[in-house]
Parts: sequence; C-alpha cells; structure tokens
Amino acid sequence: MKALLKYREIWLLAAIVVLIALISTRFPGFADPGNLRQVFNDTSILMILALGQMVVILTRSIDLSMASNLCFTGMVVAMLNAAHPGIPIPLLIVIALSVGLVLGAINGLLVWRLNIPSIVVTLGTLTIYRGATFVISGGAWVNADKMSPEFIGFQRAAFLGIPVLSWIALLVIALFFLVMTRTALGRSIYAIGVNPTASVYAGIDVGRTKFMVFCISGMVGGLAGYLWISRYVIASVEVANGYELNIIAACVIGGISIAGGIGSVGGAVLGALFLGIISNALPVINISPFWQMAISGSAIILAVVLNARGERQQGRIILKKAEAA
Amino acid sequence: MTDTPAPRNIPDRLDKPLSTAIFSWEALLVVVAVAIFAINSFASPYFLDPYSLSDLTFNFTEKGLIAFAMALLIISGEIDLSVAAIIALASTLMGMAVQAGAGTPVLVLIGIVVGLGCGAFNGLLVTRLGLPSIVVTIGTMSLFRGIAFIILGDQAYKGYPESFAFFGQGYVWWVVSFELVLFLVAAVIYWFVLHRTSFGRRVFAIGNNPVAAQFSGVRVGRIKFVLFCLTGLMSGIASVLITSRLGSTRPSIAQGYELEAITMVVLGGVSILGGAGSILGVVLAAFIMGLVTFGLGLLNVPGIVMSIFIGLLLIIVIALPIVWRRLRGNR
Repeated sequence: MKALLKYREIWLLAAIVVLIALISTRFPGFADPGNLRQVFNDTSILMILALGQMVVILTRSIDLSMASNLCFTGMVVAMLNAAHPGIPIPLLIVIALSVGLVLGAINGLLVWRLNIPSIVVTLGTLTIYRGATFVISGGAWVNADKMSPEFIGFQRAAFLGIPVLSWIALLVIALFFLVMTRTALGRSIYAIGVNPTASVYAGIDVGRTKFMVFCISGMVGGLAGYLWISRYVIASVEVANGYELNIIAACVIGGISIAGGIGSVGGAVLGALFLGIISNALPVINISPFWQMAISGSAIILAVVLNARGERQQGRIILKKAEAA
Repeated sequence: MTDTPAPRNIPDRLDKPLSTAIFSWEALLVVVAVAIFAINSFASPYFLDPYSLSDLTFNFTEKGLIAFAMALLIISGEIDLSVAAIIALASTLMGMAVQAGAGTPVLVLIGIVVGLGCGAFNGLLVTRLGLPSIVVTIGTMSLFRGIAFIILGDQAYKGYPESFAFFGQGYVWWVVSFELVLFLVAAVIYWFVLHRTSFGRRVFAIGNNPVAAQFSGVRVGRIKFVLFCLTGLMSGIASVLITSRLGSTRPSIAQGYELEAITMVVLGGVSILGGAGSILGVVLAAFIMGLVTFGLGLLNVPGIVMSIFIGLLLIIVIALPIVWRRLRGNR
C-alpha cells in the first residue's frame, strides 16, 4: 500500500533525475553536489510556499493571496528593520510569522464564518494585501543600504556547510511531514478533501479545519516574506507580483489534486524543485530566460494530464487507509 | 395549491425564487453604483463632464467584454485564468503580422482567430481529457504568455497602421467610443443568449448539476467547449481593442486582467460555484469597477490603492447578503 502511495512521487523524482541528466549533457557542472545544493537553496522559498498552499488545496480550497501576504509581511519586517536595526532576527521572524498568521486568519475567518468560497475571498485579499503594502510604505522601496547586515546575512550564514535558508526549508518540510502524517489535524485535512460530508459525520469540524489551513498558509506566507526580502534585498510593492500562480503550479506539478484530498509533502517539494531546476538551468545551458514561462506552462499541463489518470483510484486508497487507521 | 391559506409555518416554496434573489442583488449593485457616482461627482469637479465620463468607459470595456463570456463559463462551473495570456499572445502575433506588412483587416482576423484557437485548446483539454479547468488554464496561462515572451523577449512591436487605431481610440458618435458600443452590443447579445435561449438554460443546468444535465440530454462537453471558445474569442477581440488603444505590443500586456475580469463576474452576482448569475449584474459590476477606478483616479489616488477598494468591494458585496440573511434568520 505504501509503495503505491509513493508511486507518483517516485515518478516525479525520476523525471527530475532525467531532467538533471539532460541538463548535464549540455552543462556538465550542473549535477555537482555543490551546484545542486545551490539549486535547493534557490528553491527553498518556493518549497516553503508550496507546502503552505498544499494544505489549503488538500481541503478543496485555494489561497491566491499568498504572494501578496509575502509582499506585505516582507515590507513590514523590512521597515521595522530599517527603523529599529536593533531588533534581533529571531524576533523579526516571529513577527513575520505573526503578521502572516493574522492575514491568513482573515482569509480563514471569511471562509469559515461567512462560507464565502475561498477563491473569492483570496481574490479579494490578493489585491487588498498588496494595496496595503503600498499604504504602509507610501510606495517607497526599502533598499539594501537601509537593511542591517544581520537582516541580510542571517539566511546566508552557513551551518554545517549549508546555508541557514536551506536549513529553514528542511525544518519546514520536516514540520509539515510530521503534521500531515502524524497528527489528527493532518488526517482531518485529507479527510475533508476526500469527502467533506463524511468528515462531518466523522466528527471533524470542517469549517474550523479550513480556518486552520488558512492560518498555516498565512504563517508560511509571512515566513517567506522575511526570507524573500532578505534574499533579494529589496522590499517594494512589486515583490512577488503574480507569484501566487507559481506556487500553485509547483503544487500541481507535485501531483496535488486541485479537487482536494490528494497530495503529499514530498510531491509539493519535488514540484517546487522541478520548477527551481528549470529556472536555474536555462541560463547555464544558454537558453533565453524568456523560455521559462512557456516551459513551466507546458510542464503544468503535462503534469495535470498525467496525474488525472490515477486520481480516482488514489482517492479510494487514502479512504481505505483512513478507515483502517 | 389549496384555496385555504396555508399554515404560517409552512412556506409555499423552500427558498426564494431565483428571480427575486437576482433582482435584489442587481438592486444592491444599482445602489452601490449610484452611491459611487454621487460620491465621485461631489469629490471631483472634473467628474461630471461628458469627456471625463467617456474616458471612464475605457476602464472597463475591454475587461467587460471578456467578463461576459467568463460569466457564462463560470455559470457552467468552469473558469478560464488564461484570458490575459490569450490577449498577450494574440497581440504579439498581430505585431508580427504588422512587421510582415499586414493591413488592418488581416490584423483583426489574426486577433480573433488566435483568441478562438487558444480558447478551443483550453476547451479540448478540459472537455476531452476531463481535466480541472482551473489547473489547465493556469498552465495555458503560462504557456500562451510564455510563447509571447519567447517571440518578443524584452522588445516591443509598434507601427500599427493608422486605420487600426479606430478600434481602441475611435468614436462612433460625439463621446460614444467604438469600444463602448461594442461593449453594449455584446451585453445585449450575451443577455439574450443566456436568458432567452435554450442554450442559456443548458448553461445554467450544467452549472447546477452536470450529471443531471447529461442525463437530461444536454451535451455537457460540447457546450463547455463552446463556452471556452467564446471566452477565447472575446479575449481575442479584447486583444484587438487593447493593441489598437495602446498602439504597441509588449509580452507583459494586459497583466492581471484575468483576475479583474473574474472579480467583475463575481461582483456581478455570478456564483463562483456555478449555476447562478445574470448578464445585467455583470454589466453593473463593470460600471461600478470603472466608476471606482476612474473616480479615485481623478482624486489622484494611485492605482494600487484603488485595488484595495475593488478587493474590499468584492468581499463586502459578497458578504453583506450572507450576514444579512444570517441576522434575519436568527430572529
């Protein structure tokens, strides 16, 4: 049973290996462990975001506001850092998580309490949060020279030879893995996606769980806000504009069904890595970066065509597993 | 039906008839529109001017044209996120044709055919392969705009013929622009198709229950395919208008239009879950969005702040009836 469940992820992993091999034929240095570590680091933020989006999609919802949340929270921490460089970075991260949590909770409350479809709510907050970024910043940018060295340097510091950013990504992956496979919350999230009505009869509070997943995606968006700003060392209203669709693309390529209930932490991570590898590889194999968009578009369509096949069966398997548990 | 009055606690119908609900929604939109119009005319002395009001219409005509087809698509339970990318691709190919020396009729034809082709591609993927439209069109969104980027890169196409400028900049009579006329004509056509033909009834039927519709003899797949083609077609037409209005093509043209068109549709009272909605609502929503952005623009409010108002408007207008119903229900 377990081997079956991992089927899709193994195929995606194989596709990634083939992709790396293909790239290596044109640029031999690409498969070096050092370079792959660099690619992983580059993709860390997308992986974190994709995991947050995954839990939302699993419950048959969608969060279009993640990139705007990232932009707003990033601006908040950047302005805080510019005004009070003394605030320690761990505290700033806690602030980023909290701001993101509040934004996510707003989405969650509207979905839970008013029963508005999540796509409508987050379509609205997508524009509101980005607009709010303009309001708090007055349209000004926060540049690298206004950020403290610790703010910029924190994620670049190496621990055991790996940058802190990658460690954070690994930590988030581990946390999500634990929550999704070892907690009642994780089970409920899957159950709601597979069959909301049955979940209610099973004693799961569907509304509250949906609220929780939006809180999770909000916190993740907030964390990514700090990481993004300190990585690209510029905070502006334009940060991550349109990125919400990249996040969803990573999830789709990772085999997470938009219909809910199907998907795994490994899938989301691999889906993000797939996109990350493409964007890292194009410059080194001398393909114009303008090709990237069309390539990821084709990858999304291909992934959804391939994933659509076993989807129904996959749903039954999860149900059976839930029954056995 | 009995002659004696029914007991009070048993309602005649389980729910309010759809027509009343829709009417009240549109009434709400009219109130909002009038309020914003009034606020605008008080807030800026430049607002109540025929030329200002004419400029205002350019804010929503292109997105509105797409919103009509999108409304039908959403009522049928599908969605198309690739409309802005279709605009970009069609505009890019029109630009290529200009470089090859094509005249105005050929350009218009290219815009329309490319739009139709892209829509048909979406439709085939969704109906033939049974894929979820939200994912398919996220994919084709990247694909279509990606092709535009591959062709154009960071360049731009210019040099459209002078006669081509009429579509986006021309006036039919006094301050009535060609775009506005096209918008109104399309509104009437879509209203007729959705509310007065069996095709429209089928669209509603599919949105309410695709399985039941299938068993009732409705060709669900074919109608959805037609709706995707229509949405592509309207995007192609919008592409002609925008390209003509701007007089140049960049691959980033019409960025974010898909979300604005969907906002328009949802604000117009179309259920995002499918099965309910009206064209009149979409027309009103288009006017409201145009009024808000133009009015705030006259007050020198930056575009990004306007988007806060649009977002708030969307959530509040959706939430209001729900809150109201709940308050009434609790009594």
